[in-house]
Amino acid sequence: MSKLPYEVHSEPVTPLSVLSPEGEVINEAYMPNLTDEQLKEIMYRMVFTRTWDERAVNLGRQGRLGFYAPVSGQEASMVGSEYALNKDDFVCPGYRDMPQIVWHGLPLYQAFLYSRGHQHGGQVPEGVHVLMPQIIIGAQILHATGVAMAFKKKGEKRVAITYTGDGGSSEGDFYEGLNFAGAFKLPVIYVVQNNGYAITTPFAKQTAAQSIAHKALAAGVRGVQVDGMDVLAVIKAVSEAAERGRNGEGATLIEMITYRFRPHSMADDTSKYRTKDEEGEWGLKDPLTRFGKFLEKKGLWTEEDTARVKEEAKATVNENIKKAEATEKMTVGGLIDSMFETTPAHLEAQKADFQ
Amino acid sequence: MAQMNMKEAIRDAMRVELKNDPNVIVFGEDVGKVGGVFRATEGLQGEFGEERVFDTPLAESAIAGMAVGMGIQGFRPVAEIQFVGFIYEALDQMFVQAARMRYRSGGRYNSPIVFRTPFGGGVKAAELHTDSLEGLAIQTPGIKVIVPSNPYDAKGLLVAAIRDNDPVFFMEHLNLYHAFRAEVPEEAYTVEIGKANIVREGADVTIIAYGLMVHTAVKAAEELEKSGVKAEVIDLRTLLPLDIETIVASIQKTNRAIVVQEAQKTSGAAAEIIAQINENAILHLEAPVLRVAGPDTVYPFAQVEDSWLPNVDRIVKAANQVLNF
Ligand SMILES: Cc1ncc(C[n+]2csc(CCOP(=O)(O)OP(=O)(O)O)c2C)c(N)n1
Repeated sequence: MSKLPYEVHSEPVTPLSVLSPEGEVINEAYMPNLTDEQLKEIMYRMVFTRTWDERAVNLGRQGRLGFYAPVSGQEASMVGSEYALNKDDFVCPGYRDMPQIVWHGLPLYQAFLYSRGHQHGGQVPEGVHVLMPQIIIGAQILHATGVAMAFKKKGEKRVAITYTGDGGSSEGDFYEGLNFAGAFKLPVIYVVQNNGYAITTPFAKQTAAQSIAHKALAAGVRGVQVDGMDVLAVIKAVSEAAERGRNGEGATLIEMITYRFRPHSMADDTSKYRTKDEEGEWGLKDPLTRFGKFLEKKGLWTEEDTARVKEEAKATVNENIKKAEATEKMTVGGLIDSMFETTPAHLEAQKADFQ
Repeated sequence: MAQMNMKEAIRDAMRVELKNDPNVIVFGEDVGKVGGVFRATEGLQGEFGEERVFDTPLAESAIAGMAVGMGIQGFRPVAEIQFVGFIYEALDQMFVQAARMRYRSGGRYNSPIVFRTPFGGGVKAAELHTDSLEGLAIQTPGIKVIVPSNPYDAKGLLVAAIRDNDPVFFMEHLNLYHAFRAEVPEEAYTVEIGKANIVREGADVTIIAYGLMVHTAVKAAEELEKSGVKAEVIDLRTLLPLDIETIVASIQKTNRAIVVQEAQKTSGAAAEIIAQINENAILHLEAPVLRVAGPDTVYPFAQVEDSWLPNVDRIVKAANQVLNF
């Protein structure tokens, strides 16, 4: 049926890809401007992140980490989007977005402390512009909105970026944030990593919207869709969005089409809600393989490089988990003292019970 | 000194702090040009400009959440939630995000935010405009809760709240906005958060109240005086932190107490105050501490509001009960 003249509608969107799954450049016009050194650094970070993820899952099984949400499959979206930012841009992550804040400057051992339930995990060092991961889905979207409002008011050329999943895009806070950003024209980037599932709920059951990117239209902000398994496409889209933000052109919603290879968290069984075929298909789009092939063709990367980075990453992870384990335990007294700037009398009194 | 009603005093607190500190920023629904539905921010946008005082889209969670984001970037937001019943829309951002920012970040970030909201019954307002939700707030670790009862305190407490580096839930009783005028200094001054005020001295029974109920309690004390009973009335001013020292000192003198709150009886501020009296002054009590409160229904429609709310008779009756125990 044709559209009625008074019916609101939108056109389908095609995600931005720069590379084919075989690592061939298919969209030269959108190739981000990067030196060979930078291209290698991006690969380094993705391989490092994959290794860290594998180690974290194992450490979790050994009881050496607490809550941890696996990231394998999403390295292009996570590493790429952070790489496209300046160091003084501000990152408001969801619970899965540990790689972005670590690459943005949070020491790795603090990421492990966070997972182990130690307060010092969230004690972001001065000069590192991140919040700790948010558990309430969507809450961080509003924090990024407020941070962006602060940048705008102070006249600083910085952007805030925040991440959530396809499930998160159904939350009220998502709409409120997007709408505020539109109304106030804020320098903020909302990234939705659409990895196909919210725990076990498939995207098809999450929304009947044409895409998540389309949700930008209703808020009057720019919406784009990106092949989230293609790190170059991610970098292109986020750089563009950051530039728009810095130039006073307002917010961007970026939907990254991606996939998580592992379960939602450490607890669920993927075979209950997805097929081997599906997993196999997405495996062919592995962001490390695709970008690796591109780099190999340019003579910038070899399998030995991957092996070397993996060893380095393992050693670094080991060092940092040991540092986390060696960190003095937090105390109830310390916890009580972190509620207010000056601990009120009733809490001082309660402290006595724990000494 | 000027004569101000409580609304004007609250506005004046924002005005002096907007002047005093460029990081103070005021926003909410309709707070800009018209100055809010109660005109509590009237004139502030004219004086300080749209950069400092501005309207937001209609979205409570985003108002509170934006305050959190701005707070970690050095601003001191004074965010208005238009009516108390709408704080439910913003509870995550107020009571979870703002209230635990310092804890979650091991002290790296904080939430120097004031969430202002009108509340309080007896004004025949629409549903969900008047409920006493302070009990929810005081059960939340990490947020301070203030309920002023008069213009002088309101200004001093709000200035203190704006300067406080932790989040404050600042509840303004609707029935006090225009109730009376009092002397209020024109300059900035603070009333210490966490200090109660003895508004009437007495040796026979302590009546503990806050907000509008302070005035009802004073009237009840005047009534009691007719039969020779001298009641001491304490205005708590702050529910968290609670000034238990002042309460205990009073009970040491009177050995009897009642607590008055507009909120429904179960749980809530009065229950907490009585628990703390038990912990700190049980041996000084000659009678159980009683509560005068609303019944455990949802906040009533306007027709029965007046009989639902605690009044002088019920306070006098409760005082006599503890006196004759
Ligand atoms: C407000 C809220 N509701 C529910 C949950 C429980 N929960 C944790 S993760 C999750 C699914 C989120 O899916 P999505 O946003 O797609 O992100 P993904 O895990 O796929 O990255 C749910 C329902 C929560 N943490 N917060």
